[in-house]
Amino acid sequence: MLAATVRVAGDIDLAEECVQDAYARALATWPVSGIPTKPGAWLTTVARRRAIDHLRQRNVRDRVLQGLYVVESEDGVETNITAMSDDRLRLIFTCCHPALSSEAQIALTLRLLCGLTTSEVARMFLVPESTMAARITRAKKKIVAARVPYRVPSSDELPERIDAVLTVVHLLFTTGHTAPGGSELVRRDLVERSLVLARMLRSLLPDSPDVAGLLALILLADARSRTRVATDGSLALLSDQDRSQWDAAEIAEGLSLVREALQRRPPGRFALMAAIAAVHAEAPSWSATDWRELVGLYELLVRIWPSPVVALNRAVAIGLAEGPAAGLVALDELTTEPQLASYRYLAAARADFLSRLNRLDEARDAYEVAIALTDNAVEHEFLALRLAAIVS
Amino acid sequence: MAEYLLLIHGDESKFSDTDPKAMEAMMEGHNKFAENNGGALRGGNALAPSSTATSVRENGSGGYAITDGPFAETKEALGGYYVVEAADLDEAIAIAKQIPMPFGGIEVRPIRNV
Repeated sequence: MLAATVRVAGDIDLAEECVQDAYARALATWPVSGIPTKPGAWLTTVARRRAIDHLRQRNVRDRVLQGLYVVESEDGVETNITAMSDDRLRLIFTCCHPALSSEAQIALTLRLLCGLTTSEVARMFLVPESTMAARITRAKKKIVAARVPYRVPSSDELPERIDAVLTVVHLLFTTGHTAPGGSELVRRDLVERSLVLARMLRSLLPDSPDVAGLLALILLADARSRTRVATDGSLALLSDQDRSQWDAAEIAEGLSLVREALQRRPPGRFALMAAIAAVHAEAPSWSATDWRELVGLYELLVRIWPSPVVALNRAVAIGLAEGPAAGLVALDELTTEPQLASYRYLAAARADFLSRLNRLDEARDAYEVAIALTDNAVEHEFLALRLAAIVS
Repeated sequence: MAEYLLLIHGDESKFSDTDPKAMEAMMEGHNKFAENNGGALRGGNALAPSSTATSVRENGSGGYAITDGPFAETKEALGGYYVVEAADLDEAIAIAKQIPMPFGGIEVRPIRNV
């Protein structure tokens, strides 16, 4: 409804105001006139009419500054699903425009597509509401002043712009999957929002292999979420998880999407990440995991996405395929990466391989580094237990 | 339609090292840019190096402080600009991408037209 109103209003603030007006009018009139047969459509129509009235009232100078988008003719009750989807798709591309900061992209997406209030968005990102309100206001002002367009990008821009949208949804998921701070490992609220958005994208862009890849990735990772924390609240690694508890429906859906995503050559970033998650999902046990397949997938991934974190995962997979000594060599090549210097998983992975090689003094040092670098209480606890096991 | 100022920033030290051939290629690039975007172009020019810049500030006691150098010392200095007309930011970005930028990049700023 908001998306449909923005198309008329050409201004997110005005659209929000009109939507609120529509609700207020519903509260006033529905008890008397009864609830309309299509309440959503009724509200959208009222909101859009309000927007058109507002625009008519604005003076000429205002219109030059704010009336960015063509005011469409009043087309009555919008029951056409395609039209609503189109609006939503436009809104996603506006919210995730690369001209906005990534924090603003996520905040706008949650605010305008998921319908969260500013204070809910603020709580999700552990910042004061005033900070989040300022961030959203600044982004909205930029959208107006710089004329960030409200439309689906042209086909030559589309791949790049879809990637920006997927990056936002993926970041939302990873933030929820392992919360960077706080007492809980998984933030269900963030994970669920990311899943809703990925499904929305899938229905809007059913032919995009990247979208299929992202949805697969989220499903396959989320399928394991129940087993990642043991009943006592401690962290359970992939190697120790009870695989019978994994969500079979999510895995089945994820696997079929991975197959679809991998059909495009060369496969994209999200398709490869999903394929990696699929290898784990299909393995009957940790020891029966196809580590060589994983090394190969990480090698493809690091080629199209040369991130130090991907390189780290590749090194860990090498260690599991060829033994801790080979893994340690691969990890040590990465210790000079400035981006990894303070990355807790590098220290934790080194500690693990060192302790398997019985180099306990070095392992202890590495665990201490990893502990100093983590702010998540569940991860902290896990690393402290590992360290205690070595010391004793 | 709206107007945008496209500010061309670049590393001047690399620019001055450039041989005449590369200079020529860059001029060629700008000519081609102007040809391809004639309809949108409202103005533009190259600037003399930032070493020729002078900054003027109020000194807080009714007078002015005149200093040598650009307003902000950065590795990448403003070296030229274009004013273009575009329907929206995406169109302005598409135009900006066509500007030669071997030693830096383009800042796209909407003009307010007050």
